[in-house]
Amino acid sequence: MKSTAAASVPAATGAPGPSASGRRSRPADTAAPRPRRIRRQLVTSPWLFAAPGLAIVGVFILYPFVGTVINSFTDKRQLVEGKYVGLANFRELLHDDMFWIGLRNSTLYVLVVVPALVVLPLLLALLVQKQIPGITFFRSAFYTPVVASIVVVGLIWVWMLDERGLVNAVLEAVGAGKVGFLSDQWLLLFSAMAVTVWKGLGYYMIIYLAALANVPRELHEAAAVDGAGPVRRFLSVTVPAVRSTMVLVAALSSVAAFKVFSEVYLMAGPTGGPAGEDTTLVMLVQRTGTGLTGRVGYASAISVVIFVVTVALMLLVLRADRKEDK
Amino acid sequence: MPTTAKDASVSRPDPATSAPRTRTRRRRVTDENGRRMPVWELALRYVLLLAVLALMIGPFLWQLSTSLKGPHENIFSSPPSFLPSDPTLHNYERVADTIPVWDYALNSLKVAAANVVTNCVGAALAGYALARLRYRGRKAATLVFILAMLVPVEGIIIAQFTTMRDLGLNNTLMGVLLPGCVSALNVLLMRNAFLNLPYEVEEAAFVDGANVWQRFFRIALPAVKGTLAVVAIFAFMGAWDDFLWPLIVLSDPDKFTLTIGLNYLHGTFANDERLVAAGTVIAVLPLIVLFACLQRYFFRGVGEGAVKG
Repeated sequence: MKSTAAASVPAATGAPGPSASGRRSRPADTAAPRPRRIRRQLVTSPWLFAAPGLAIVGVFILYPFVGTVINSFTDKRQLVEGKYVGLANFRELLHDDMFWIGLRNSTLYVLVVVPALVVLPLLLALLVQKQIPGITFFRSAFYTPVVASIVVVGLIWVWMLDERGLVNAVLEAVGAGKVGFLSDQWLLLFSAMAVTVWKGLGYYMIIYLAALANVPRELHEAAAVDGAGPVRRFLSVTVPAVRSTMVLVAALSSVAAFKVFSEVYLMAGPTGGPAGEDTTLVMLVQRTGTGLTGRVGYASAISVVIFVVTVALMLLVLRADRKEDK
Repeated sequence: MPTTAKDASVSRPDPATSAPRTRTRRRRVTDENGRRMPVWELALRYVLLLAVLALMIGPFLWQLSTSLKGPHENIFSSPPSFLPSDPTLHNYERVADTIPVWDYALNSLKVAAANVVTNCVGAALAGYALARLRYRGRKAATLVFILAMLVPVEGIIIAQFTTMRDLGLNNTLMGVLLPGCVSALNVLLMRNAFLNLPYEVEEAAFVDGANVWQRFFRIALPAVKGTLAVVAIFAFMGAWDDFLWPLIVLSDPDKFTLTIGLNYLHGTFANDERLVAAGTVIAVLPLIVLFACLQRYFFRGVGEGAVKG
């Protein structure tokens, strides 16, 4: 019905096809199609199928990506067309304290969050791996922070870590005294990291769970027969068996950690905590590039730094993987 | 290495001997070798599980409890009181009086629902083209999606915003929707799903004269329903939870989505913890319900997404 008409549209609009002649729509399910028809169908409709996806990805991902790189060499502003300024933006970055603060914080984020997200979810996966009664409930419960929006998670922890919030109330009740989680520059950053880890635990736990299911049980049995304890078995059997998954988790989490925005934005505020000392690179992009006077060119230069570091992180992780192989 | 292999084969009979045990259908807690787990280990496991549970679920419950506490109850007490002494929905009414929270929820729902439809349709069509159809440029098209998947979205938001403004779509829900409405990751997920189908069935249909749309709708699509469900769920969750992009593209408070509205609520009424708590509960509850109903697709999505990513 509608399908035949749709299939013949691209030919009619002049899409590449072997021949424009012999175009005649007829119900395809009543008779075997002619060879010529099949061939045309095979050439035109694939592009029709892929067109919506290609258009969206092209216009809203790849074009802005290229645009970002080009803009980074201009002094374009939000409402003013820019002109080519060469490497001026990048030279300015070198002397911009805020940029170095952002780079420091985003890098610290990777250094703290990635090891935590490689190890803790693996331990959690081992804890929920055995089929003991009620384990499905625990698995689901541990996954809940993944489902919640980062805004919800951020605001929950803003209240938890508030000076008068639950954590401080408990600390005070046990006589430890209050801690200014959200007022000290460094405590703020580390609190945000903890929140990132808290939200990511369940996600990577599920990834590890799938990997653990593929560890041959014979290996564990053999190690047990040889007299290896649980810790030894973890280090000599489990870790090597899930190593490729660990690399995957490291790659995924390091790229995500370097691009951190929401947690810090919500917990430290739009300006990035005391004197902006908690600003991350993506926060800096958002702050510099938006608004009526937003410096699109300069923000794009920061974005280019983000691209480069992201690619470098991935290559680094993959390379570490290959080195361990030898 | 060879010795472990030999040991493994020696201990093979173990699972075999445990087989009759499972056949008796008596519920026993066993480890992966089919041996019974000692009671102390079981107890230790439950203690640890409960501790982690408190850490992962506790903050949500605390938020819920705060949102239900009335204006006369001290929410800052130390030691803290976990249950509201006089539970009330008063704070939820106040959220609705302070910000148009139901309109925001509706905006979020619109974007999320549209995102589900566009991602399912767009990714299924493109995935099918990449997996099944033979045409020149297929490799190039696949490469386009792979490259798009690798682009760090956080880095291109400013250019996305200027593109959106050039199209006159900034500060609209359409502008919120468009950049992610057919995600490259989903296209590649669908491609993999289609590649895993046996080709013979479609070949037979082809010989019988089914055209490409018929093969797509009647044969291929029904066979990948599981992956399609994963795409749908993650599209919904992604749109509902998204923060950075709507924050940049929306400036008019009338058009806010729920996450941006919450950020606004927090920014303006930060000292009213009960109010913010009620707002967050409104935002998170739909997804927790969705998750509770469709768990296995959430978990499956993690696996498929990770293999791809």
